[in-house]
Amino acid sequence: MKDFSDGSARMRYTLMTVSIIGGFFFWYLITLIPTINTFLASPKQVLRALISESKAGGRYWKDISISLQRVLIGFGLAFVASIPVAFLMGWYPKVRNLIEPWIQFMRTIPPIALIPLVILAMGLGEPPKYTIIFIATFLVMVVTIYQGVKEVDKTLIKAAYTFGAKDRDLFIDIIIPASFPFILVGARLGMAAALTTLIAAELTGTIFGLGARIQGAQQFMDTAIVLLGIITIGVIGFILDKILLFIEKNLTKWK
Amino acid sequence: MKKPLIIIKDVRKEFIVEKKPNVVALNGVNLEIEKNEFVCVVGPSGCGKTTLLNIIAGLETFDSGSVTMHGEDIIGPGPERGVIFQQYALFPWMTVRKNIEYGLKFITKADGSRYTKEEKRALAEHYIKMVNLTGFEDSYPKALSGGMKQRVAIARGYALNSEVLLMDEPFGALDAQTRAQLQEDLLRTWESEKKTIFFITHDVDEAVLLSSRVVIMSARPGQIKEIVPVDLPYPRTQATKMESEFIKIKNYIWDTVYKMYLEIPK
Repeated sequence: MKDFSDGSARMRYTLMTVSIIGGFFFWYLITLIPTINTFLASPKQVLRALISESKAGGRYWKDISISLQRVLIGFGLAFVASIPVAFLMGWYPKVRNLIEPWIQFMRTIPPIALIPLVILAMGLGEPPKYTIIFIATFLVMVVTIYQGVKEVDKTLIKAAYTFGAKDRDLFIDIIIPASFPFILVGARLGMAAALTTLIAAELTGTIFGLGARIQGAQQFMDTAIVLLGIITIGVIGFILDKILLFIEKNLTKWK
Repeated sequence: MKKPLIIIKDVRKEFIVEKKPNVVALNGVNLEIEKNEFVCVVGPSGCGKTTLLNIIAGLETFDSGSVTMHGEDIIGPGPERGVIFQQYALFPWMTVRKNIEYGLKFITKADGSRYTKEEKRALAEHYIKMVNLTGFEDSYPKALSGGMKQRVAIARGYALNSEVLLMDEPFGALDAQTRAQLQEDLLRTWESEKKTIFFITHDVDEAVLLSSRVVIMSARPGQIKEIVPVDLPYPRTQATKMESEFIKIKNYIWDTVYKMYLEIPK
């Protein structure tokens, strides 16, 4: 019979290790071909780039910290803004009907398309980066959290009313905790959106940041640096997601 | 003569269905419920049993007629009328204890004060024990079986000390053994701490076993067709189902309900 379980933890980790090592080996093998090596650096070259870039005087850590700062500020602002908007939309049908068309419309527009306007409006400093990340992240989170608020089990609401709960109690005691899992899912989706938008945000005239570094390295055909930047973004995304997952697991033990 | 606790007089309720004629959920419903009485309601789906329960609970409005408790109009939900839902309605983020304690924060005691933390805990403890859930105080609902969840809901209803418990097919989702057990538990609980219970069920057996009166409703429009008294002495157990009087009443109700079922155009 087909086994639908995830398998034992040991087997999962073994396969994961095999997959990662296999992937690196495949990467190494194809870069032995010179034509491929011209546009794809080998693992060894990337490792060398990592060592030289992360030495004192290299810019690796500075790029990471600037990019992280942009992601976290854009994401943080969006997180704080999306929760009240999502709750208002879930709670008041009038607010929902006023806001929803705009959100649905904006959702289909890639944030990159907004860059020219944002630059014209805000210039070339840090604010336009925060803004682009904010827009992308906010939309994802609002939609997810709002779905959660809307789908709170109506029987729970009825039950609370029969206890004598007023609207305020209902909101604080029932709606917020019931939507909590959706807030955390929204945060994870939002974080992923923030990272994918980062590169776009860093196209808006900046010297530092992982996106800018990747852009710059392309000019010099330095594919080792390009790959290093890409892998770093992936690793950061992975770590941030694991942190959110950890928070989710600990805060929603009841699920 | 003593006045009934709840008086439902000539209640009518229509539901608006878009682009279709209104559905008359209840029409001319009259019912009086005595204090500490155990009333069961049976009837085919669509007969408005749940609507009637929601109206008594104050969770739904009605178009005409009147519904009073202690002679006062019911205008909204309130802790004196506890509801036990088929889907348990436990708060999944609260432990068993917290689920039972939660509603107490809205209750003002007779002397005007509120329950203290210790009092809440003691009450929860007492009712957890009553429904045989000792040891599960700190479990989350997800860890409980359907039967255990419904026991928590019943404990919660009791802890709030509602005068009336409105139960909407509370055992409908449970397997036969669990259902039988919970029926006996409920009877025992009701006899140790009397309350007025208004209990909806699909199961004629269950209705006759539990109640002192079975209200038979008919569908389209929802009306009360007949009220059958069950003159079997309490305490009752599953063994009561063997008694000839039980079987007689059960067959009579079953017949009436089944005939109505056959009359429904399908």
